Amino acid sequence: MAIALQINGETHTVDTEPETPLLWVLRDNIGLTGTKFGCGIAQCGVCTVHLDGQAVKSCAIPVSAAVGRRITTIEGLTAKGQLHPVQAAWIEAGVPQCGYCQSGQIMAAAALLARRRNPSDQEIDAAMSGNLCRCGTYLRIRQGIRRAAALMQTE
Amino acid sequence: MTQTTISRRAFIQTSVAAGGGLLLGFHVPGADAASVEAHPWKTPTDGVEINAWLTIDRNGVVTVRVPHTEMGQGALTSVAMMIAEELNVDWSKIQAVFADPNRHLTRGREYKVMTTHGSQLVRLQHPHIMQAGASARERLKAAAAQAWRVDRSAVEAKLGVLKSGKRSGTYAEFATAAAAIQLPTEPAIKTPDQWWLLGQSKQRLDIPRKVDGSAAFAIDTRLPGMVYAAVKCCPVPWGKLKSFSFDAVKQRPGVIAAIELKAVPGKTAFSDMQNGVAIVADTWYRAKTALDLMPIEWDFGPAAQSSTESQWAEARKLLEQPGEVSNATGANAIEMIGAGGKVIAAEYHRPWETHARMEPINATVSVTDSRVDVWSPTQDQSLALTLAADQTGRDVKDVFVHTVFLGGGFGGGGGGNTAVTRQAAELSRQLKRPVKVVWSREEDINHDKQRPPNMTAFKALLGDKGLPSAWFTRSVWFTQDGMPRIGAAHADYSIGNMPYKVPNRHHERHNGKTHIPTATHRAPGAGQHGFMTESFVDEVAIAGGWNPLDWRIEMTKGMDDWQRVLLTLKEKSGFRTDLPRGEGMGIGIVESHGSIAAACATVTVSRRGALHVEKLVIVVDSGHVINPLGGIEQCEGSAAWELSHAWVGGLDLKEGRFTNTNFDTYNLLRIDQMPQVDVHFALSGGSKWGGLGEPAGPPVPPAVANAIFYATGKRIRSTPFRSHDLSWS
Ligand code: FES
Ligand code: FES
Repeated sequence: MAIALQINGETHTVDTEPETPLLWVLRDNIGLTGTKFGCGIAQCGVCTVHLDGQAVKSCAIPVSAAVGRRITTIEGLTAKGQLHPVQAAWIEAGVPQCGYCQSGQIMAAAALLARRRNPSDQEIDAAMSGNLCRCGTYLRIRQGIRRAAALMQTE
Repeated sequence: MTQTTISRRAFIQTSVAAGGGLLLGFHVPGADAASVEAHPWKTPTDGVEINAWLTIDRNGVVTVRVPHTEMGQGALTSVAMMIAEELNVDWSKIQAVFADPNRHLTRGREYKVMTTHGSQLVRLQHPHIMQAGASARERLKAAAAQAWRVDRSAVEAKLGVLKSGKRSGTYAEFATAAAAIQLPTEPAIKTPDQWWLLGQSKQRLDIPRKVDGSAAFAIDTRLPGMVYAAVKCCPVPWGKLKSFSFDAVKQRPGVIAAIELKAVPGKTAFSDMQNGVAIVADTWYRAKTALDLMPIEWDFGPAAQSSTESQWAEARKLLEQPGEVSNATGANAIEMIGAGGKVIAAEYHRPWETHARMEPINATVSVTDSRVDVWSPTQDQSLALTLAADQTGRDVKDVFVHTVFLGGGFGGGGGGNTAVTRQAAELSRQLKRPVKVVWSREEDINHDKQRPPNMTAFKALLGDKGLPSAWFTRSVWFTQDGMPRIGAAHADYSIGNMPYKVPNRHHERHNGKTHIPTATHRAPGAGQHGFMTESFVDEVAIAGGWNPLDWRIEMTKGMDDWQRVLLTLKEKSGFRTDLPRGEGMGIGIVESHGSIAAACATVTVSRRGALHVEKLVIVVDSGHVINPLGGIEQCEGSAAWELSHAWVGGLDLKEGRFTNTNFDTYNLLRIDQMPQVDVHFALSGGSKWGGLGEPAGPPVPPAVANAIFYATGKRIRSTPFRSHDLSWS
C-alpha cells in the first residue's frame, strides 16, 4: 500500500505494509541509512529519530503511525550545511568511537536540549539511558550534551 | 538533508553502481579515496604513489593508505600519525583512506599485516609503518639532491618542504622523481626522543563522519539489484535442519526464496557455516517477518542437554582432577597447602559473555561471472577475502573486500568472521545477485563466537609476616574443540602468570569442551580472569592483615614497571580502607597486551544493596603513547566494557542454547551506571611497547568487587554483581 511520509522536509511515497516499522522504511525503502538497527525491540536506541520533534525509537513505530507527522533523521539534523550544535559539540568532545550508536545518541540529545535548555546530570542520564553504547562513550556523551547546551545559549 | 550530504551519499551509490570502483582502491587510478577519506569535505586527490602506503598530490596533500580496520580505536589516525612523523608533513595536510586487501594479497602481502587485533597496531606494527614514511622522506630528499646536484645528507625535509642552502621545493614538486628512486639502504626509524608529532594528542580523523550519519558501515551497503536475507541457524549450534515449509510463507509480499544453509564438514575452522535456512526478500523486514512465520523443524542433537548448571557441574568434576601444569615454581605448593596451616581457599567463576557489537552481524556479497565483492564488518579483510573466495570457488585475485567502518570490533575478528560472510557469498552465488545478510539481534547473540566461561579454585597458605608462602590454582574453561586458535595458554591467563613473588607456586588448567562456538573477546583471558586473581589477592592480603595496596607493592618488589604503576595508583587514587560502611574503595592490577594497568574504584552501596560506582582511577604503563587522547578514549571504553560484563552481563545457557538473546535480558552498561573515569599514564619508555585498546578493562571488575567488600563486608566470587544480594545492615 502506498504511504506518504514527510522526512527531513521532503515528501517520500513508499509501497509497504502499514505495520512495517518506520526504521526499515527509512533504511531499506528510502535509503536513509544513518538511522541504525540494533535490537528491533526498543531497547538500544540506535534507531532514534524525531517525530514532530520528539525522540522516538523508529523500530517500534509502525510506519502508519508516522503518517502526517514531521519525521527528522540524522541526515536532516544538519540544516543548510550547518551542523546542529549537538553535532558540533560531539566533534569537539570527540564523542564517537565506532560511531554506530551515535546517530541515535545525537537525536536523543537534540530532543532533550530542545525540551530542557540546561539539563542537570540526572536529567541527562534519565533522557539518555535508553541509548546503549557498547564502546562506552557515555562520559563524552555527557560532556557533549553540556557543551551543546553552552553552544545553544550563545546562539 | 543538506546539499553536501546528498551529494556525498549520491556519490557513494553511483560509484558503487559503476562496479565498485569506489573502495576498490589503487589498481584503478584516480578512483581510490572517495568514501573513506578522513576529511570528507576534501575532494579525492590524484596523487603520485611514493610507495604502497602513501601518495602525494600536487597541493602537497598526503593520502595515507591504512591497511587496518577502524572500529573507533583510532587505526586511521594512528597510522597517519606514524607516517606523518617520519615523512615530516603538517598534520592538516594528511588524509587517511583504507588500503586495498586485493592488492595486498596479490602483490606479496605489501602491507605485511592486514588484520587488526590484540591491541597490536601501534606496538607491533609501528616499525614497518614508520619505515614506509621514513623511506618516502629519504627518496624525496634523494630526488631533490639529484636535481640540485648536492648530497642527500645536505637536503632537509620539513613540513612538506625540501631545502638545501638557498634552494627549496615542495614534496609535491619532487614526488614523481622520488617515486622512481631506489635507495641503496633503507633509513632507520626515529627513536621516541626524536619525535615531533607522536606523543601529542590528536583528535581522531574518523570523528566528523560519525556525527551526521555519513560513515559507511557494512550494514549500510546498498547495491543495484540487491536483495535482503534473514537467516536462522539451528538454535543449538551444530544441530541439524530437519525441514521447513516455504509454502507457508512464499506468498507473502516481497518474498523471493528460501535457501538451506549447510555446515560444510572440514570447513569448521574459524568462520564456520552452521546448518540453517535463509529467507530472501526485497527488504530485510519482509524477509525477517516471513522467516519468523515459517514452520521449521530442527534436530537439536545431544548438545541440547547442556545448561549453565550442567556446565558448572562438569567444571567442579574437573576441578577434582589434576590438569595440565601451566606454571610451577619452588617447592611443591600442593603438598605444602595439604599439610595444613592457615589456608585461604575460594572458588571463583564467570559466565559466558557475547560481543554484542551495536552493529548486528551482517555481510553483503555480490557474485558475478567476473568478480566477487564483499562488504563485511571484519577485523581481518584478508581473511574475509579468503573466505569469500573459498565459498564461491573463485581465485583470490577476483575477490575484492571493501573496507568499511566497523560498528564495534571487540575481538574475534569482528562480526564478519562468523558464518555470515560465507552465508552471503553462498546466497549471492546461488541467486546471482547481490545479497545483504543481516542477523537479527537474537541470531547475533545466540550465534556469535562467545567469550569462554571459567571456574577456578584458589588456595593460598599464609607464611611469614602474613604473606603467602604457597599458592595453588586449578582452572577450567570451556571452548569449542579446546579452541586452538585462542591458545590453551589463555585458559588461565592472568591466573597462572600472576606477577606476585610467592616462593612456591603451582598452577593447573583444564581446557573443557563445549559445542558453543568461542573466540577472542576484548582482552581475552585477562578480561575474565583478572577479576578472579585480583579478588582472591584481596582475600589473602586481608587474611594476612595487610592493606591490599601495600600487599601488592610488597609482592612485586624489584619489578620496576609494576612498582611504577602501583605507586602512581597510590598517589592518584588516595586509596583507603577506612571509609564508613556503605562506601568503599578497591583496587586491581592486571597485565595484558604488553601493558600493565591498574584501577581503583570508589563505590557506594545502599543498605538495600543498590550499587553505585562513582569513580575509577586508571593507571597504565604501555611503554609509549603516540596519541594520548586516543589512548585515554580506549581506556574509558575498555573500562566500560569490563564493568558491563561484571556488573550486569552474563549469558544463560539452557537446553543447549542461550536464553537471553536481546537487550531486554542480556544487559549492557547504560549511561546512568557509567562512573567518572580518570586515566593516568605511568610510562616506562625504553623498548617497551604495550597496547591500549584492551588492558584498562581487566583490573576494573576486581577493583569494583574489592570496593564492594569494603562497603558491605560481602565477598563477591562470581559475576554479574547484580545477581548478588549486596544489602547490609
Ligand atoms: S533498534 Fe530500535 S531501539 Fe534498538
Ligand atoms: S560509539 Fe560504538 S557503540 Fe557507541
